[in-house]
Amino acid sequence: MTLTKNGFFDIKELEKLPGVPSKERLQKGPVVVIECAQKIPCNPCEEACHKKAISIGDFIIDLPVLDSELCTGCGLCIAACPGQAIFVVDMTYSETNAAVQLPFEFLPYPEQGEIVDGLNRAGQTVCDAKVLKVLNPEKFDRTAVITVAVPEKFGMEVRNIKLKKDRKND
Amino acid sequence: MRQVDLAIVGAGPAGLSAAIEAAKAGVKVVLFDENQKAGGQLFKQIHKFFGSKAHQAGVRGIDIGNNLLEEVEKSGAEVMLDAVVWAIYKTDTLCVTHNGKNTMFKAKKILLATGATENVLAFPGWTLAGVMGAGAIQTMINVHRVLPGKKVLMIGSGNVGLIVSYQLMQAGAEVKAIVEALPTIGGYAVHASKIVRCGVPILTSTTIKQAIGKEKVQKAVLINLDKNFKQIAGTEQQLDVDVICLAIGLSPLSELAWMAGCEFADVPQLGGFLPVHNENMETTVPGIYVAGDLAGIEEASTAIEEGRLAGIAIAESLAFLTAGEAKEKKHLIIDRAEQLRDGPFGLSRRQAKEQLIQRSLK
Repeated sequence: MTLTKNGFFDIKELEKLPGVPSKERLQKGPVVVIECAQKIPCNPCEEACHKKAISIGDFIIDLPVLDSELCTGCGLCIAACPGQAIFVVDMTYSETNAAVQLPFEFLPYPEQGEIVDGLNRAGQTVCDAKVLKVLNPEKFDRTAVITVAVPEKFGMEVRNIKLKKDRKND
Repeated sequence: MRQVDLAIVGAGPAGLSAAIEAAKAGVKVVLFDENQKAGGQLFKQIHKFFGSKAHQAGVRGIDIGNNLLEEVEKSGAEVMLDAVVWAIYKTDTLCVTHNGKNTMFKAKKILLATGATENVLAFPGWTLAGVMGAGAIQTMINVHRVLPGKKVLMIGSGNVGLIVSYQLMQAGAEVKAIVEALPTIGGYAVHASKIVRCGVPILTSTTIKQAIGKEKVQKAVLINLDKNFKQIAGTEQQLDVDVICLAIGLSPLSELAWMAGCEFADVPQLGGFLPVHNENMETTVPGIYVAGDLAGIEEASTAIEEGRLAGIAIAESLAFLTAGEAKEKKHLIIDRAEQLRDGPFGLSRRQAKEQLIQRSLK
């Protein structure tokens, strides 16, 4: 399993998870992708969801199960996840681009409209990503949620961003 | 000599939680800590904790620490800082150096919540400046805001190694690699993933062979390991680093428990030699209790539950709670602690705890 060997999923491992929506659902609009594969005692995502789209149950080590029909892709669960393992993917963002919402805890934050590197799960830069939104309300408790637009084929690949090297720091 | 109902050594998550529960029940508590601030290691835990709402999941360790300090203040327990407890005599007397002055305390019950110490790894060059423990680095970056170096090699992929790697990056350092002697990553995959997606490789079946440098670390030599943990000659690779961080586990800090004559057991799943305790966290020496990392290396959330359990058991034994009241409270706590000791990461600790408690009954 590449997850425990290298620290990242191969896509086959990922698709089997109960928190990952089907390809069909992904094509219908924004939806959460919960990349949580190990039975660890943790359940804040369940309570974070106002639509009751995420369930874990009484045994808090159980994996989060997504009901992707109930999920609207609002992204409230992203900052609630202590493992930073939740993303929202909108494959319908535009003709050519997908939008990805991801948790981000590094300063400085990028600015809206800025072009940053889009990194895959292995930390490789795979494309440019355009920052659409930076959310950091008090409720998120210092885990910012950043929305980026990336080429559609990278919607299920980009899981991190990096500011460009030549970026002027404030 | 001052007399108190309960003396607690160590004001980390376990000691604070015990003080809160006992003092709320009416026990006269004094809590000692050798540091200038209570909270133990909580104030350098800037990440969000796991668990459920009842375990304060999703709350950062630093905020859990602040909540505990507020609660302990309200509870009426007395907290003595800069207070080193250096001896325990006749199972009820503590020698304490407080603000440079020696004093003695006589206590009806004593709770040892002394925590843990970091394990070290010896390799050629390990005494060079720049080879440091993960706990020390975490204190530097998160409490004092001092970066120990720019380019870091992390040894160990348990949760501590993973979390401290991430926090080093947050503090502005570059983590060159994490090495792990085992063939798989030790800590939670979610912690590993958030580091790997920043471009930091985790090299399993790999260890450090040597640190190279004049007076301070300049390079690290890594080497691959076979399945018997033997170094494979010819697989060496060099990394330019100025810090080598050791995150290879913790051991219970048990001197006072030894001195008190507590029976010990060797429990590798819980960090090595530690005092045997019963379901009330009482050791084999009546009146002396343990909680937190001294009673088994686990997470702060578990230390909080164990501390509460000890505090309630002590309040019960001093007749501040009836058996019925205590039973109800203990039941809830044990339930919460068990939830944390479940799944592939927790089950071995639960079983080891059960065996430890069984052993105390003999």
